[in-house]
Amino acid sequence: MVLTGKSIKNTLTALIAVIPSLFFANPAADTTHVHGEAAAHAEAGHHEGEHAPADKKGKIKAFIDHHLKDSHDFVFFSDETTGEHYGFSLPVILLDNGLKVFSSSEFHHGEKVAEVEGNYYALHHEKIYKLNSATEELSLDEHGHPRAPQVMDFSITKNVVAMLFTAILMFLLFTGLAKSYKKGPIPTGMGRALEPLILFIRDEVAIPNIGEKKYRKFMGYLLTVFFFILILNLIGLTPIGINVTGNIAITLCLALFTFIVTQFSANKDYWKHIFWMPDVPVIMKIVLIPIELLGTLTKPFALTIRLYANISAGHIVVMSLLGLIFVFKNWIAGPSFFGLTLFISVIEILVAFLQAFVFTMLSSLFIGMAVQDHHHEEDHDAHTDEEPIII
Amino acid sequence: MEKLVNDFSFGLFFWQAIILLVLIVLLVKFAWKPIMTAITAREVGIASAISAAENARKEMQNLQADNQRILNEARAEREAMMKEAREIKEKMIADAKAEAQAAGDKIIEQAKATINSEKNAAMAELKGQVSSLSVEIAEKLLKTELSNKEAQSALVVKMLDDVKLN
Repeated sequence: MVLTGKSIKNTLTALIAVIPSLFFANPAADTTHVHGEAAAHAEAGHHEGEHAPADKKGKIKAFIDHHLKDSHDFVFFSDETTGEHYGFSLPVILLDNGLKVFSSSEFHHGEKVAEVEGNYYALHHEKIYKLNSATEELSLDEHGHPRAPQVMDFSITKNVVAMLFTAILMFLLFTGLAKSYKKGPIPTGMGRALEPLILFIRDEVAIPNIGEKKYRKFMGYLLTVFFFILILNLIGLTPIGINVTGNIAITLCLALFTFIVTQFSANKDYWKHIFWMPDVPVIMKIVLIPIELLGTLTKPFALTIRLYANISAGHIVVMSLLGLIFVFKNWIAGPSFFGLTLFISVIEILVAFLQAFVFTMLSSLFIGMAVQDHHHEEDHDAHTDEEPIII
Repeated sequence: MEKLVNDFSFGLFFWQAIILLVLIVLLVKFAWKPIMTAITAREVGIASAISAAENARKEMQNLQADNQRILNEARAEREAMMKEAREIKEKMIADAKAEAQAAGDKIIEQAKATINSEKNAAMAELKGQVSSLSVEIAEKLLKTELSNKEAQSALVVKMLDDVKLN
């Protein structure tokens, strides 16, 4: 990534400077998530978190698991000893014989069964299950999955709030940038940091992959996706630490968007290369059809998993290292794990930019392959290195 | 894989799809289009400004070359003119000299001729006077001295001596 401009440098410096405080604050603040989580576990008779408070490792593991997941309420920090949570509830929207809308506070952070219009719902591992009565316990099968039926959950969860926040932020930032061009050719303020990124996406990602003639049509999609992923990645590194891009539903949706854009912009040559590969014997043509079809599906799949795995892994590593401070709890481990966490966090900032870039890069590559005009002499070279492996 | 499937939340997927779709549509309309247009316009402007500056520089160079050429021409012309003037001057001086010489010569010639003719006239007159004088003397002598033979011969001798002395 080429990042020019003083503003970006300053922003990054500021971000890095904030990291120690934020990650220091995180575990202390969030430990009571574990409490709620542990309570839920205990309720199910599955985890010994509550019964053995000395088992820090189990607690930390549960905490990390909880952190990686989406959440039905927005908790900034909670008090482990009193079991109080400081944050706000979010609306729960269920599709169960009509729309059921209620506040997530009904669940008391997964500790209680919510009763809505005579229906009973229980929250288990951030999924909502339907129960028959208020007193019914959520029973689990041998794999640890609840036996009760799951309901269609369209709740405004923490991740949805984060996405809405990102969407509004992006809209304000970029309409502001658009307006600043009306005043003069050089943007001011935040625009100075954003413009190099826009130019980078155009000059280093879109034009080389899609081509000078056709790139313009896809710039809107590529830029939106790039900044959307980038901002969500960076939000994941703040003290709020919402893991949005490390969520499989989010990355799958993003990858599907790329897939749909690719398929709908594909030209005749693209389909011809899938269903009737030119310049090969007829038998090969037939053999290649399923392979090529599979190839079109593996591309979005790779996009999905790559982003999900990278961001999740980053969160897990950072949280685990911080957890180790509390496992060892001494003067040597504390500062050294803190230093290591700081180091990994800096790398995570790089990863945040890199993964946003890689997603955009590969999206434009796939689009480029679908819209390019094949010249039949060279096009077989183009085919062999169809899917470069990037991270 | 089972964990992935388990983690998948359709609600989140649904909201993400809606948010992303709306975001793309809104940003394309209100942000990306004007931004890209502005950036492209600016780049085109910069490119044209650079080429205009380049053209201006070339023109300037041409102009300077022209100026130099004109200056050189003017200088050469001036030199030629001065040379010509000098030549004319010299020629005029030479001509004047020659003319003056000729005129002088002519005057001198004329003077000489006049002097000669005057001299000749004077000589002729002198000769005439001498001859008439001598005739008169002879006449007088003849008149007075013919009576005296001695005196006559003496006179003749004397006269002849006079003539020789003359």
